[in-house]
Amino acid sequence: MRGDPRSMTVLSPRSAAEAVRSLAENAGALPLAGGTDLMVVWNLGLLNGKVVVDLSRVGEWKKISVAKNAVRIGSLVTHSEIQRHAVIRARFPLLVQACSVVGAAQIQNRGTLGGNIANASPAGDTFPPLAVYEAVVHCVGPDGKRVLPIDMFFAGVKKTNLKPGELIEAIELPVPATAPSRAAFRKVGTRAAQSISKTMFAGLLWLKKDGTVADARLSFGSLAPTVKRLRSAERLLAGRRLDAATAAAAAAVLTDDVSPIDDIRSTRDYRLEVSRNLLVQFLEGRKR
Amino acid sequence: MITLTVNGRKKKFAGAPFTRLIDALREEFRLTGTKEGCGEGECGACTVLLDGEPVNSCLIPACSADGRRIETVESLGTPEKLSRLQESFLVCGGAQCGICTPGMLMSAHSHLKAGGKTDDESVRTALAGNLCRCTGYQDIVKSVIGAAKKGAKRK
Amino acid sequence: MALMANVGKSVLRREGPEKLTGRALYLDDHAIPGCWHGVTVRSTIPSGRVKAVRFDPSFPWKECAIVTARDIPGKNVVTLIEPDQPLLADGVVRHREEPILLIAHPDRATAYEAAKRVTVEYEPLPAALTLEDSLALKNKIFKDDNVFKSYLIEKGDLAAGFAQADFVVEGEYRSPAQEQAYIENNAIAAWEEDGVMVVSGSLQCPYYVVKALKALLGRDETKVRVIQTVTGGGFGGKEEYPSMIAGHAALLALKAGRPVKIVYDRHEDMAATTKRHPCVVRQKVGLKKDGTLVAQDIDVLMDGGAYATLSSVVLSRGTLHAAGAYTCPNVRVRSRAMATNTPPNGAFRGFGAPQTLFAAELHWEKIADVLGIDSLTLKRKNLFQLGSVTATGQILRESVGAQECLDVVLKRSKYAAKRKEYDRWNKDRGNPTWRGIGLAIAHHGAGFTGSGEVYLASRAGVAITRDAKIFVLAASTEIGQGTNTMFAQVAADAIGVPFDWLTVETPDTHKVPDSGPTVASRTCMVVGGLVRRAALQLKAALEAEHGRVPKTPSDLKKAAATLCAGKAARRFEVEYEKPPEVNWDDKTYMGDAYGCYSYAAFAADLEIDKATYEVRVRKVTTAQDVGKALNPTLCEGQIIGGSTQGLGWALLEEPVYKDGVMINAQLTNYIIPTSLDTPPFDVTIVERPYSRGPFGAKGVGELPMDVPAPAVAAAIKHATGRLMTVFPFTPERIAEALS
Repeated sequence: MRGDPRSMTVLSPRSAAEAVRSLAENAGALPLAGGTDLMVVWNLGLLNGKVVVDLSRVGEWKKISVAKNAVRIGSLVTHSEIQRHAVIRARFPLLVQACSVVGAAQIQNRGTLGGNIANASPAGDTFPPLAVYEAVVHCVGPDGKRVLPIDMFFAGVKKTNLKPGELIEAIELPVPATAPSRAAFRKVGTRAAQSISKTMFAGLLWLKKDGTVADARLSFGSLAPTVKRLRSAERLLAGRRLDAATAAAAAAVLTDDVSPIDDIRSTRDYRLEVSRNLLVQFLEGRKR
Repeated sequence: MITLTVNGRKKKFAGAPFTRLIDALREEFRLTGTKEGCGEGECGACTVLLDGEPVNSCLIPACSADGRRIETVESLGTPEKLSRLQESFLVCGGAQCGICTPGMLMSAHSHLKAGGKTDDESVRTALAGNLCRCTGYQDIVKSVIGAAKKGAKRK
Repeated sequence: MALMANVGKSVLRREGPEKLTGRALYLDDHAIPGCWHGVTVRSTIPSGRVKAVRFDPSFPWKECAIVTARDIPGKNVVTLIEPDQPLLADGVVRHREEPILLIAHPDRATAYEAAKRVTVEYEPLPAALTLEDSLALKNKIFKDDNVFKSYLIEKGDLAAGFAQADFVVEGEYRSPAQEQAYIENNAIAAWEEDGVMVVSGSLQCPYYVVKALKALLGRDETKVRVIQTVTGGGFGGKEEYPSMIAGHAALLALKAGRPVKIVYDRHEDMAATTKRHPCVVRQKVGLKKDGTLVAQDIDVLMDGGAYATLSSVVLSRGTLHAAGAYTCPNVRVRSRAMATNTPPNGAFRGFGAPQTLFAAELHWEKIADVLGIDSLTLKRKNLFQLGSVTATGQILRESVGAQECLDVVLKRSKYAAKRKEYDRWNKDRGNPTWRGIGLAIAHHGAGFTGSGEVYLASRAGVAITRDAKIFVLAASTEIGQGTNTMFAQVAADAIGVPFDWLTVETPDTHKVPDSGPTVASRTCMVVGGLVRRAALQLKAALEAEHGRVPKTPSDLKKAAATLCAGKAARRFEVEYEKPPEVNWDDKTYMGDAYGCYSYAAFAADLEIDKATYEVRVRKVTTAQDVGKALNPTLCEGQIIGGSTQGLGWALLEEPVYKDGVMINAQLTNYIIPTSLDTPPFDVTIVERPYSRGPFGAKGVGELPMDVPAPAVAAAIKHATGRLMTVFPFTPERIAEALS
């Protein structure tokens, strides 16, 4: 442990408004939610001397509220709480699956959805589901509130489009008008549990009665600096019948939208091949 | 001043608010059963229960735990009177070098207490955040399932 | 029968209750009054001269104790085998993370901050970062040729053997480094007490540390005392490196004039301390048409890192196991351990044997393809049995359970049926996975190699005290494997008293004799044997002087009073005696390499996801001949735990080096198996007793590490048809092999 707790200044706001004020008054302060990412960096001794805004007492952001057309998940709701929520389980199963593979129980019990997206890791487990559910991020800052669609939220590796002083209040998931005909989530990590992903897929598919594609939402994580929707493949699929040729064609345009790299965990070649396989598997409707 | 309920007792913590929970427990309260293996939330040796749920105490600053309930391995049995779970670990060979054991016990204890399923897969999932390098896990899983069975019999 | 009241039973782990309640005190759990925290400033380049060391003038250095090579009272050497490794680099650095300077401060965070305020300036020198660099002498690190050690085994007439062969099959196999990944990081404290330097901590070999401290401090053993604390795993990783840390802590304690503890964090522990030796093995094997082995020509190359440390003995064990558990009349094994500018590699469960056995075992799969005979038939035909002669000319006179282990595994794993079933499964292109079952067999010598035990001349004892306590006295450490329990069982049964009457003394070099290091699968067979002999002496004394072995505590009190005759305690100590039939020639490297071998057979049943190439081991079936399981639960724990480390090595674990340093030195990126990565194990303990082992026991600690990797490789071959010779078998490597 190389962090020095005496070097840290902790602010403990009791409300959302106070949290926003604390952050505004302390440029460069670090918001602390579940701490499962921040504390790893702090333990390495890399954050000594900083001001921390501890959000653990901001009750307003710990709630899940269900409306007719949407579910609003407070930014401080944990991955465990999401998994336990009946409506989220029914309406947004891919998000539940993603939450169940974030670290293990200890991390799921602490890590929050808001913290996860604010951290903006290219390998964030919940991002592909959030992308295909077309989540919107409710932000609040010194200049008031603002809403960012999830695909406008991430700016790069560990970077978001939050303005200085802005915090995340909630993540809202609109309930799709009709239930998808097919839905899948798959994380390919470094081992069976407690892993960081090499590639990660989420897909929703709506088919017409004649078997052609009405709508497809496809997303990959860990294949680019930020989570990506496969716009090119989605366009290609619209109106087409799902057969092997269509699936192959969609897989062939994968690199229109993603650009994986070689890194400590995997290789570009592997990531691309496996991602294409997962996409084809999903589009051909094969079980794993 | 930070107040923590540790193993059922209210305790004041007067150290720096950003002190990690593990350091507060080990160094301030001298509860050294909780171990540090990695300092990055990966190995689970520092697992304690926060309001009943397993968490990595190396990733929690004391300020975030203010007013909350903490249980450590010291809350289970004593060497003279082991808890049912500890007894089962002893009989089944669930502890070897012992360094992962306190964290492993807290994860298992919380899983059983919450009424978690006791099939092999469910127990393994519940323990997936606790790395053990000695046992290959089989005897640990056996220990947890054994304790659950014994518990069910007694009821 | 009183003789076996405890041995052979799963007596409960001695220190279990303390470990299970958090009461067991590991080094960092001890409250040491006035203790400072020590940290290490390490090199940031793999090879170079230190030009200057600068201290940030704004930092309050007066609060710190600072130690450099100049502060060493004795020799600046980590004394082990070769005198090449300094405790603190003095002018030249030869690997990344090499210790240069030590700092202690009363506050942990401030100590780390201080280390950050030291700047070392270097003049970089050429670096040999790989085996290839080392062979090409890109940098001369050790003597003129970078060869730490080489061996040659020659048996029979190799040329004549190949001349007889109908087939000659060649192959090259590479195994990676591996991190021990004990969950308790290295931790040692030191303090002066009445002119004695006391060192206490997490370690496997107390007397190795004594030897190193004597030379470092220029003191004799009466002024140096080493005490083991409860140790959170070792696996070889705490065999030699603790001597370095102990030296650091001792120097800081001298400088600071107070206790100092050094507790590594995970990153430092992984980046700076030893790994398993990466290894390249070339196999050239000649066979008759029917599969009979007639010639084996094997070349072994290991990467030792920047200093010799234990490389010579790791290489020795690797060399001696390189021909596998098979009989062949004509054998040559040549081996070298090379120096590279990387952190020294060292002891890790198996100690060189898993690397060479991987090659020996997997090569059968290649031979099978060439000969058109399945590998099982080939192995069975050549496998060791009673009376077989090994590569070093050792005749296996007793306790050879290889065939029995194989038969048990074939039956329990349904090997033959699964081979056929999976062949059918793999033909169906619609199935989402490929399936395979693979087999490996190995032998593993127990105890030190060759004359090693003779040189060690280990001592162990028992003592009875005036207040009627019976102690086992040995420096062999409990590191999770069950030493405490096993010693108490052996001694209790030898004397004929209850298990509870025995106390195993803490390994403290001022209290216990030097029973040698806790390594090399020797604690049961060799040290357990010494404990038994010493216990039998106590028993004889009880019978002679007290008239009987006491059965009640009150009678024990009387017996103790008689035996101690007014003194505080009476000790019975014995020394290792070489069995007369075990003979080894260090010059020719021929003879009885080990007193006895243990044997293992292992079947890995796995499937590979066709979309992701992820491997899931579905089931492991293994049978291991350990002579006698002194404690079946502990023995099975060794087998499953060691096998899991072997599976991790085969499938997940790989230290990634860049510019001479491990860049994945975190448990987040160095991937060891979780509970969900680990298959169910079906374990059968086979007992072919060894007449020289206590109650028939041989070794079990390392054996389970030898078999998983080749079995997994054989299963992958079965599943995919590809022989993969470089591991770990990550999905990336499998995808590449299949593309």
